[in-house]
Amino acid sequence: MSALYVCGLGAVTPAGWGVPALRDALAKNEPLPIKPLARPGWPKPMRSRQVPPPAPRPAFMTHPRLRRTSPLTHYAAGSALEALAGLGPLRERKGRLGVVVCLHSGCVQYSCRLFEEILANPGTASPMLFPETVFAAPASHVAALLEHTPLVYTLIGDPASFLQGLSVAADWLETGRVDAAVVIGAEENNWVRGDALWHLEHGAIVSDGAGAVCLSPDPAFSLGVKLEAITDAHTYRVDVKTAATKADTNGSTHPHAAFQATPWKSRWEAASAMRQQLPPGSAAELLSDGLGESPRTDAAESAAWQDWPGARVHPKRVLGEGLMAAGAWQCVVAADAVAQGAAPAANASLVGCNQQAIGCRFLRTEAKT
Amino acid sequence: MLYPAPRLAQPPRVVVTGAGIVSPLGLGWKANAEGFRTGRYAARPVSLFDVSRQRVKVAAEVELPGTIPLMHLDKRQGSRLDRAGQMLLLATQEAWNQAGWEASENLPMVLGTTGGGMMLGEDYFKQALHQPAQHKGQPTRALFYQSHTQARMVAQSLGTNGLIRLVSNACASGSDAIGHAWEMLRRGHAERILTGGYDGINQMVFAGFDTLQVLSPSVCRPFDAHRDGLLMGEGAGMLALETLESARKRNAVILGELAGYGSTIDQHHLTQPHPEGNAALAAMTLACESAGITPAEVDYLNAHGTGTQLNDSSEAIAINRWAGSRAVSLPVSSTKSCIGHLLGGAGAVEAVVCMMVLREQWLPPEVALETPDPACAFPVVRQAQEAPVHCVLSNSFGFGGANAALVFRRWS
Repeated sequence: MSALYVCGLGAVTPAGWGVPALRDALAKNEPLPIKPLARPGWPKPMRSRQVPPPAPRPAFMTHPRLRRTSPLTHYAAGSALEALAGLGPLRERKGRLGVVVCLHSGCVQYSCRLFEEILANPGTASPMLFPETVFAAPASHVAALLEHTPLVYTLIGDPASFLQGLSVAADWLETGRVDAAVVIGAEENNWVRGDALWHLEHGAIVSDGAGAVCLSPDPAFSLGVKLEAITDAHTYRVDVKTAATKADTNGSTHPHAAFQATPWKSRWEAASAMRQQLPPGSAAELLSDGLGESPRTDAAESAAWQDWPGARVHPKRVLGEGLMAAGAWQCVVAADAVAQGAAPAANASLVGCNQQAIGCRFLRTEAKT
Repeated sequence: MLYPAPRLAQPPRVVVTGAGIVSPLGLGWKANAEGFRTGRYAARPVSLFDVSRQRVKVAAEVELPGTIPLMHLDKRQGSRLDRAGQMLLLATQEAWNQAGWEASENLPMVLGTTGGGMMLGEDYFKQALHQPAQHKGQPTRALFYQSHTQARMVAQSLGTNGLIRLVSNACASGSDAIGHAWEMLRRGHAERILTGGYDGINQMVFAGFDTLQVLSPSVCRPFDAHRDGLLMGEGAGMLALETLESARKRNAVILGELAGYGSTIDQHHLTQPHPEGNAALAAMTLACESAGITPAEVDYLNAHGTGTQLNDSSEAIAINRWAGSRAVSLPVSSTKSCIGHLLGGAGAVEAVVCMMVLREQWLPPEVALETPDPACAFPVVRQAQEAPVHCVLSNSFGFGGANAALVFRRWS
């Protein structure tokens, strides 16, 4: 099988709709303004970063399947359409398009609304809401919008699952089941999602949006970037991390030392194993990492990449904790840097919040003429 | 590496060496085989939450044992699993024990679910809404609500580690997870994979289906002309899948072969299938093509058959179109007539039922069926019967137009 090329990128972020807005925000390297997110029963709102309304309103939002959907589907659709913009000839000839939508929190806005209605009185709960609460709803809407989509999956998991989605797409392409595939990571904000994140990581600033990467084996559509590698999914145990941290504070020489007998990796070991599967890198290369605002959470990933010789970019520090969307943004940023000629190669490091560490690498190739 | 994938000269054959099942009919192969073989109906009044203001007040709940074997989990970890997680754990342990696998550092798990630990999510929401200053238990609920945490706990209980992949293609999730695991084995990503699906009944999904008025207020009768809806169920089904070479190397008992898989999307509507069953037809066709068989070689079809007007009429047309002249003699039944609709667990539990059919050579009946829908060109199995079965097809369809079909072969 020949190489797989990045044929398009899409992003919907608190910086705006489109990859250029994401690129500009990261170039400024200043955290975007924080907006309040009200939480019932709390005098002070939570801190959040939210996707601004698109201006002008995109035409796809008037599609019959997308008129009543939640922002999650709009973000997913917006990023997918941007990523597919360069595939006009393929879509005109009705080429087969695979769609993988990756979600962590999923359709939380309608889910909370429906459940609140059910708790109040299930007899009067709206029948319009329930189908939109299903994890698979955004993928279904996006597939209907894009047409000619024979294969559609929804994957759920922690934010590193975006790269599992990219590997699923790669398998579909390599076995010839589709001609191109778009992988989307998306999330939407609401108070309960922010509340849950607050319980797991107090300092995080919740954000929403989507990112999309389109792959194809056809170099004619390439942005001049090929997918070089996706590491294994290094699954880890959260409680091993906790215990390892305790071991460290108790004077152990290495935070892993007490747990070498277990087949499970700690978060530290998972991040390190992921790093070891990617090349050492060079000063010219870029690392798009997942570091945020919490030293405790970031420690494993920081340690894994302490030898990185090249430039780094930290999308979450500018955009907020977008969970699956943030995982997608990291990959979009890495591939975009290579496409823009800013680096000959770029890695994305996705150390998920409680499941796994996975990394990937994009390489410069000749762009389409 | 997830990419590039290993290079194989040709895809290996994939066999089932372990199966585990938890359903409203009981725990384990034996209890379920007895129930399905006789077509026992498992509906009962809902006990898990208040349904006094619901239109429908019955569901097919699983009776869980007082204590769950935790294996490598400690009591505290085990106590954090909700019903869905416990069902997943029990089904996985049965498949694991039957397969005779040993703990490994690289055993992928591919699961289908629509809700994961939704019951914990509901508890989280209620506490956050009504007692916002009360945080006790909330971090644990926030963590264990996530289905990958439940999957990890199950792997941990077995002493294994490896990739965890969760497919959430609505009610086709279980079948898609199994089909995807089959593809991963054939691509060389692994030699063994634990796969299946699970879901527990929760208030939001039960009430959600009730808002759509698709729950049966009487008895669930798939493919009956007078059917009036589905029965909500819960459970888990798990398969130990491995390459034939791997199974032969260790002289494993082979329960059957997973021979084909087809997955398609129906873009007709978010909740309604295309009336002619186009995508369902495509999924069945793809599954048979990948298995290298024709409809004439299929001895039994386990239908999605929810008992709703729209699903069953669409599926009946799809089966008629797919089977052609074979339809008039092709035995078809929906085991949802016994245990209801298990959502993300449905396709996986029905895959285990297919294993039972292939191993024990009987057909699961729909005993409540009174008047077969004239749209069915095929005979619906209505009475318990033994039959020679060498090849079965299992259908699963879901919201959003997710369609999946699996082909299993008898191993002899």
